[in-house]
Amino acid sequence: MPKSLFEKVWDAHSVRKLANGQTQLLIGTHLIHEVTSPQAFGMLRDLGLKVLMPHRTFATVDHIVPTNELVEPYKDPLAQAMMDELRKNCAQFGVTFFDRATGKQGIVHIVGPEQGITQPGTTIACGDSHTSTHGAFGAIAFGIGTSQVRDVLATQTMALGALKVRRIEVNGKLRAGVYAKDVILHIIRVLGVNGGTGFAYEYAGSVFDGFTMEERMTVCNMSIEGGARVGYVNPDETTFAYLKGRPYSPTGAAWDAAVANWKSFASDAGCRYDDVVKIDAADIAPTVTWGINPGQGISITENVPDPTKATSDDEKAGIIEALAYMKLPAGQPIKGTKINVAFLGSCTNGRLSDFQEVAKYIKGRKVAPGVRAIAVPGSQIVALQCEKLGLDKILAEAGFEWRAAGCSMCLAMNPDKLIGDELCASSSNRNFKGRQGSITGRTVLMSPVMVAAAAVTGSVADAREVFAVNN
Amino acid sequence: MALEKITQVSGRGVYVPGNDIDTDRIIPARFMKCVVFDGLGEFLFFDVRHTPEGVPTGHPIDKPEHKGAKILLTGANFGCGSSREHAPQAIHKAGFRAVIAENFAEIFFGNSTTLGIPCVNAAREDIAKVAAAIEKNPAIEVVVDVAALEVRFGGDKIKITQRDSARDALVNGRWDAIGELIDGVPAVKATAAKLPYLAA
Ligand code: SF4
Repeated sequence: MPKSLFEKVWDAHSVRKLANGQTQLLIGTHLIHEVTSPQAFGMLRDLGLKVLMPHRTFATVDHIVPTNELVEPYKDPLAQAMMDELRKNCAQFGVTFFDRATGKQGIVHIVGPEQGITQPGTTIACGDSHTSTHGAFGAIAFGIGTSQVRDVLATQTMALGALKVRRIEVNGKLRAGVYAKDVILHIIRVLGVNGGTGFAYEYAGSVFDGFTMEERMTVCNMSIEGGARVGYVNPDETTFAYLKGRPYSPTGAAWDAAVANWKSFASDAGCRYDDVVKIDAADIAPTVTWGINPGQGISITENVPDPTKATSDDEKAGIIEALAYMKLPAGQPIKGTKINVAFLGSCTNGRLSDFQEVAKYIKGRKVAPGVRAIAVPGSQIVALQCEKLGLDKILAEAGFEWRAAGCSMCLAMNPDKLIGDELCASSSNRNFKGRQGSITGRTVLMSPVMVAAAAVTGSVADAREVFAVNN
Repeated sequence: MALEKITQVSGRGVYVPGNDIDTDRIIPARFMKCVVFDGLGEFLFFDVRHTPEGVPTGHPIDKPEHKGAKILLTGANFGCGSSREHAPQAIHKAGFRAVIAENFAEIFFGNSTTLGIPCVNAAREDIAKVAAAIEKNPAIEVVVDVAALEVRFGGDKIKITQRDSARDALVNGRWDAIGELIDGVPAVKATAAKLPYLAA
């Protein structure tokens, strides 16, 4: 019987059925970071357990690292304590740690692919909801809670019920100035922030076939914003070309065998899906959020909604709450909304191609007076790649502060934060109330080039007009 | 490991209205800078319970009549956002032992079940009914009966639903899977040996 990639990976990793009907699922690759692992190691110690497969566990530090402070001890003693704890746990349990001194540190979802640890046909878990990113390689990758981090450390498995699979096909050609970020913001807008509950999303169609791995990662990253715990793209030549020669990729004869094996995991033609959604690429516009969840998005040329035109009481209440928080007038264009901060980075859009694309357009331009602009590479390797190409200089000359690798202003666990009700044009993935560190801070999600356009104009802008974008 | 069989939870209830209450609102990220979960309870809903200047806003869970409540009632899509277990941990450490909502975000639901916090679904009108009864008399006992799939309060009751696997795990004392997973380790090794990337 033809099977989807999800079913094949699930079947290959199913250990046994548990008494409650769930499956004990083997997790081939476990990624850990400083925020959700210390308690899990603590539980392991309490139970007197070891890490079952330390060689399949990889650690990095990302959320709490200050991106403008490289020397330890960090000014924030709590951040230092978390750093020390991770170092101690990795040393004690024999886990590889991509610490800053290795030159390989970065956001966990950027490090895995970069090192070639993220591979097709595998299962991956990490105590972080954006683990779905790794699905770009045809892996089934789950964000998990700390108790499950403990389970995976101790047994390399977790208890889970199978997901349904929804195929999302995007066919046709994206218009100029429309990026992978717009594709996923559009998908979430169409299917809703909890439309994906219980599903794995399989992204397909000519747009995904043509996407680079970095673009696929941007989309898979935000699956969770659409309620889908898992999102993936079937592996193809683009995937294999990306993985070839990476530190953890197989070499020689093992490489050929691996590619053949990886290919076998791709969804079979004619396999059954629980749902299929088709989207025309031409319908996708540069998209920005206007509200307090990632599904509250509109095209840059549209007006923010008007609660009086809502079709249900729920929708009306939702719009009123979001507009009040965002301090946006109902029914007005989003374009022209003044910004205070521009943030380039995060596991959604903190890779080489993101900075390349921005540099292409921002070269010779200047960040508007009064706008605080920071550019934060997602990993030390991304930083190095950018610096080799002189992108850091182009961004710095334009007025962006070039930082060290980390999560930075995506969330408020390090010194990079919004102040008061500042409005941030952000390439990150969440616009929840208070997400960027101030409980009245406001976030408008958009693609990196749109962030650049907002930075130079000082307001939410249409990059196609500002830069004559013609990608 | 023998775990408690969670067939029902009873205590006073408190209604926190709103849909899409995300994990950042349940426990703001800045309070996640910790290496143990103890002490998270006081930061539950922190930014909704306080103004930016730190003045209490009179949030339902801070009302004296709701102190010590064990049952949290809320709206739809509760716990959306991140996978942080800090969210259900904060709820647990704040003394809550069950959550009634229209529905829950996936990861939050799983994390809560693993901590032995039943998350049960009820219709909006029914949640409003319980909320109204609590409003009238905050001292009434609310019984979340996971086994019978109903909530009883002040002589009245409503129907609830819960995913079978979670309900089964709770009522049979299997909500924390670790013991069973450890029993499976020999089978885990056998499965791993069949996968090229894991066969060392
Ligand atoms: S960049 Fe943001 S979303 Fe990504 S792992 Fe870091 S904090 Fe989470």
